[in-house]
Amino acid sequence: MEALEHFLPQVWFVILGLFLFLYVTLDGFDLGVGILSLTSSDEESRSLLMTSLGNVWDANETWLVLVGGTLFGAFPLAYATVLHALYIPVSVMVGGLILRAIAFEFRENSIRSKRIWNFAFGAGSFLAALGQGFAVGTVFEGIAVDAAGHFVGGMWDWLSWKSCLVALTLIQGYVLIGSTYLVMKTTGALQKTHYQTAKLAAATTFLGAVFITVSTPVFYQQIGDRIFDPPLFYFFVAIPLLGTLFVGLLLRSLYQEKERTPLVWTVLIFLLSFLGLGLIIFPYIIPPEITIYQAAASPSALVFMIIFIGFLIPIMLFYNIYNYVVFRGKITQVHEGD
Amino acid sequence: MDFLSNTVVLSRLQFALTAIFHMLWPVLSTGMAIYLVVIEGLWLKTKNRDYYLHARFWAKLYVLNFGIGVASGLPMEFQFGTNWAPFSEAVGDFFGSILGFEGAMAFMLEAGFLGIMMFGWDRVPPLMHWFATIMVAFGANLSTFWILTANSWLQTPTGGDFIEGKFIVKDYFEAILNPFMLNSFLHMFFATLETSLFVIGGISAWYILNRRHSEFFGRSLKVVLAVAIIVTPLQIFVGHLSAEQVYEYQPAKLAAMEAQWETLPAGTSPAWSLMALPNDRANQNDWEIKVPGALSYILELKPTLTEPVKGLKEWEPEDRPHMVGLIYYSFRIMSGIGIFLAGLMGFSVWRWLRGKLSAETIAEQKLMLWGWLLAAPLGYVAVECGWIVRCVGRQPWTVYGELRTADMATPLPAPEVLASLITFAGIYSLLLFGALYFGSRIIRKGPNLDLPLPQWGKGDFSEPMQHQPDQRPVETQQ
Ligand code: HDD
Ligand code: HEM
Ligand code: HEM
Repeated sequence: MEALEHFLPQVWFVILGLFLFLYVTLDGFDLGVGILSLTSSDEESRSLLMTSLGNVWDANETWLVLVGGTLFGAFPLAYATVLHALYIPVSVMVGGLILRAIAFEFRENSIRSKRIWNFAFGAGSFLAALGQGFAVGTVFEGIAVDAAGHFVGGMWDWLSWKSCLVALTLIQGYVLIGSTYLVMKTTGALQKTHYQTAKLAAATTFLGAVFITVSTPVFYQQIGDRIFDPPLFYFFVAIPLLGTLFVGLLLRSLYQEKERTPLVWTVLIFLLSFLGLGLIIFPYIIPPEITIYQAAASPSALVFMIIFIGFLIPIMLFYNIYNYVVFRGKITQVHEGD
Repeated sequence: MDFLSNTVVLSRLQFALTAIFHMLWPVLSTGMAIYLVVIEGLWLKTKNRDYYLHARFWAKLYVLNFGIGVASGLPMEFQFGTNWAPFSEAVGDFFGSILGFEGAMAFMLEAGFLGIMMFGWDRVPPLMHWFATIMVAFGANLSTFWILTANSWLQTPTGGDFIEGKFIVKDYFEAILNPFMLNSFLHMFFATLETSLFVIGGISAWYILNRRHSEFFGRSLKVVLAVAIIVTPLQIFVGHLSAEQVYEYQPAKLAAMEAQWETLPAGTSPAWSLMALPNDRANQNDWEIKVPGALSYILELKPTLTEPVKGLKEWEPEDRPHMVGLIYYSFRIMSGIGIFLAGLMGFSVWRWLRGKLSAETIAEQKLMLWGWLLAAPLGYVAVECGWIVRCVGRQPWTVYGELRTADMATPLPAPEVLASLITFAGIYSLLLFGALYFGSRIIRKGPNLDLPLPQWGKGDFSEPMQHQPDQRPVETQQ
């Protein structure tokens, strides 16, 4: 029983991590494309950007709903405390996602107001990414709780230079993955542009990541203590090294004007950063006080959820992949509704 | 205006606003999806092109509605944590898992197949496309099932115990199959179906009244009518069962639904209140119109009550619902609409049997068509009223008899909640306005009767297609 009480929360930590990773990668390129659309000057290319997402944004966003639902079920205390602490960033994120969603639907049917919805698409994506960045930054930095794990901080706790840095880096990361996605999906001038934005974003994301990595052990006492224990130490050394290597390979593939490899390297970079973050946070779920064991639901609930949700994971992955396969290929032309 | 500085009240207002607004959209997302499955199936079976064009036309309204459903559903998913943190912590074991299932089983399925359903006509074989439509409909209705399971459990929490204020599940199946679950799900399922049928029927009636494509829309009207004949009376019956389960498990809610202040002893044959002006302060109805002897028939189908009906005064004011008038009238409006819609069905069937709904004569059935047009928004009203009865009637409890709403709100600074409440109200007004505006534009434009049949298998995709209306990305394979 003792072992089970340790094992189950760990399983759920991993499953949640998987859902979050899928969300960040998949909706990441949606949001990135959205942010990029803010800089694009002509109407045609902007509508091309939006149509490249028409059939996937909804499914991608649903991974976030899944993160919400499973966090609620598996770690109720974390769901309650983290969302309480992040009231403003989460509201900003939700507001941004609403704007983005309606931009798709309204733009499709509008004639004169297309510009407004284009802007709503870009601004919504930006706000959503911003809210998420602050959320990640705040969790990373730590949340003030009492002994029972309830939030005791203030309304503006989430705002600090560190969380700003994380937010900016995340936005850059989204722009990067959005650019590489567009490199894969477009041709001609549009593709050229996004080779450029990808290079730029790769550089800024890398800078941000370096800054976060370096400052973490310095500012984050708890991690600073753990970081030098083997075997964790090797991971903490390996991840930045591998990361640097991947960024190099990514830039090379961009200079060689490869079409698909840039996206692959970017996804790998995302995966690596994710592993790094996961290792730093584990076994905490509300750093720096509350561990996954304290926040977990009862073992029977966790088992029950593994049965009901676990067997669905391969099925969900299967039909999501099928969706991408059906719509594979380049976007060449846009048609508005009849 | 001191409620502006009361976090609990503001969070309740925000929940009410977002839930009421969100509820407007799933109604079509679940109900119309079934209609789309049927109409596409009819096309596959009969090969009649009209059915295909129907599927394409209604799908345009469907996807607009769906998008707003998703957008307005997102805040719901996070709101339990942001605004009801103590609640989330207390019931996460069960309630949270159910929301998790809903995401993994239902939302993902809907969203994963929606892209193919909307944009995949030329990219997958017709049967595969139909399968995608079925999955969207199935997913949407599964989400009704899970969310009603969660909500019914709030009404009748079973399957475990509250230990130090936290719910620990003992038996999951007992908790899922809580006493309210099955019937409430059925009532909701029929509610979405019924509302969607009348929306489709009402829009069809509008075209016929305007003599636009009368034959085309006569077809959808008849498909709708054939289903609605069964659904409308069933819904009254299921609603009646809902009232009985409330009578059994939540007597204080029933008393509020009937604005009954005094207890009615068994063996009497009390009057049923038709209209009243309930007064929360004075604990009485300021005036009332009653139907003598009717209540026992309504509740038990018997001339006298076999069990007493408790009046609101049986409970201390802090243990019973307030806003009695709201609950009382919401209940009456909902039931009234249910009866009206069933009546309209009867009338339409009578016209149909008299042979008045043929392509030539249908446009002359002005009275019936106006009735359908009027009925289009009524389902929504009934749905909202039903939820008000259910959720406001549950007060002062969030989990009936166990957790009080007042203790369940996150202790946030009031201005923070006020700010988000105002923001939501603003965004939602924009959404509602946009949906009505663009929805009516789709309707005014009407169906595209020149739409080519799906291009699957006809030629390869190596050339960009020349004319593909109603298609967003036209892509070529590599
Ligand atoms: C009729 C059943 C029904 C009811 C009572 C509710 N919903 Fe809903 N919800 C749906 C039926 C639905 C749906 C039909 O499945 C939607 C509408 C459009 C859509 O895409 O899915 C949806 C969307 C939707 C989404 C977005 C899903 C996505 O991204 O695909 C969320 C997070 C919620 N809902 C959450 C809630 C919560 C927390 C509710 C309770 C307070 C709630 N819904 C009431
Ligand atoms: C099926 C999913 C639903 C769940 C799980 C649910 C649950 C809740 C919860 C937790 C609250 C806040 C706490 C409370 O006041 O008790 C609430 C309040 C409320 N809900 Fe529901 N609800 C659901 C659907 C709906 C829908 C669809 C509507 C309206 C159309 C609705 C209308 C309301 C209203 C009006 C309140 C405020 C009641 C008050 O504070 O007086 N609910 N509900
Ligand atoms: C004569 C007809 C009807 C009766 C007697 C009736 C009765 C009821 C009752 C007693 C409730 C409260 C359940 C609770 O608090 O647990 C309820 C809820 C509800 N009603 Fe009705 N109803 C009728 C018609 C309708 C119609 C026509 C619709 C919509 C088209 C509708 C939609 C709803 C909804 C959405 C709810 C809340 C969710 C649920 O309990 O399933 N009802 N109804």
